[in-house]
Amino acid sequence: MHEYNEETLANLLRTLPTPPQAWVKAAQEIPLARRGLDDIVERARADQAFRDALIADLERALEVAGFDSDPALAEAVRERLFL
Amino acid sequence: MQVVETDAQLVARCREGDDDAWRELVERFSRYVYAIAVQAFRLSQADAEDVFQEVFARAYENLPKLRDDNAIRPWLAQLTRRLCLDSLRSGAREQVGDLPEPSGVDETISQLDEALAVHEALATLPDNCREILDRFFARDESYRLIGEALDLPAGTIASRISRCLVKLRGELEGRNVPAPESGG
Repeated sequence: MHEYNEETLANLLRTLPTPPQAWVKAAQEIPLARRGLDDIVERARADQAFRDALIADLERALEVAGFDSDPALAEAVRERLFL
Repeated sequence: MQVVETDAQLVARCREGDDDAWRELVERFSRYVYAIAVQAFRLSQADAEDVFQEVFARAYENLPKLRDDNAIRPWLAQLTRRLCLDSLRSGAREQVGDLPEPSGVDETISQLDEALAVHEALATLPDNCREILDRFFARDESYRLIGEALDLPAGTIASRISRCLVKLRGELEGRNVPAPESGG
């Protein structure tokens, strides 16, 4: 069995540094991105009417835009656009 | 003691389209993938970021093809390794096809595997221990910063870290180690 003294443990804990949080978040959002998050955000930034519709009723605006009801996607849009 | 889902259970949930499981999977392996890129292959931050995102994008796409759900860690390691090498080759001007892996990659990844096992054991510890050890060792935070973040007197941090290391060692060695008496 491996001998885990305090120094060994400390070194092993230091061996895996934390990557930038933004990288992790981007990777965690891959499923949402695949479901259109990036497209929605891009369109909201370019199309004021669409952005206004999102602000007024986010779930409804997404539905009208052709996206299936998806609470996780709606929450991510809200977060990305600071709604 | 926290009950931590096995890699296989987590992968199975990801395959069912569970976004929370995917977030957890990224969280679980993000340090490992990052460390392979910057420690084993010594990529720049910019190149490491490209590799990091590509690894998880491909993992997401190909997860349904994974034959053994328990093999997610070596599978990610292999994928990261291949993409790191591609990154080095794309940056090299000559003899692109012949560029070998940097020396010591196997040894570094072996050490990272061991470090990941320690982090997995860390994940089973109570929140207070997990938090304090992670902040001090992995995030390199000072006693003062940890004290402020966790609302603890800075003078007690060292002893709490020491007690938590004992618990961590006990977890790793499969021994019953008495819990710290207070807060740590």
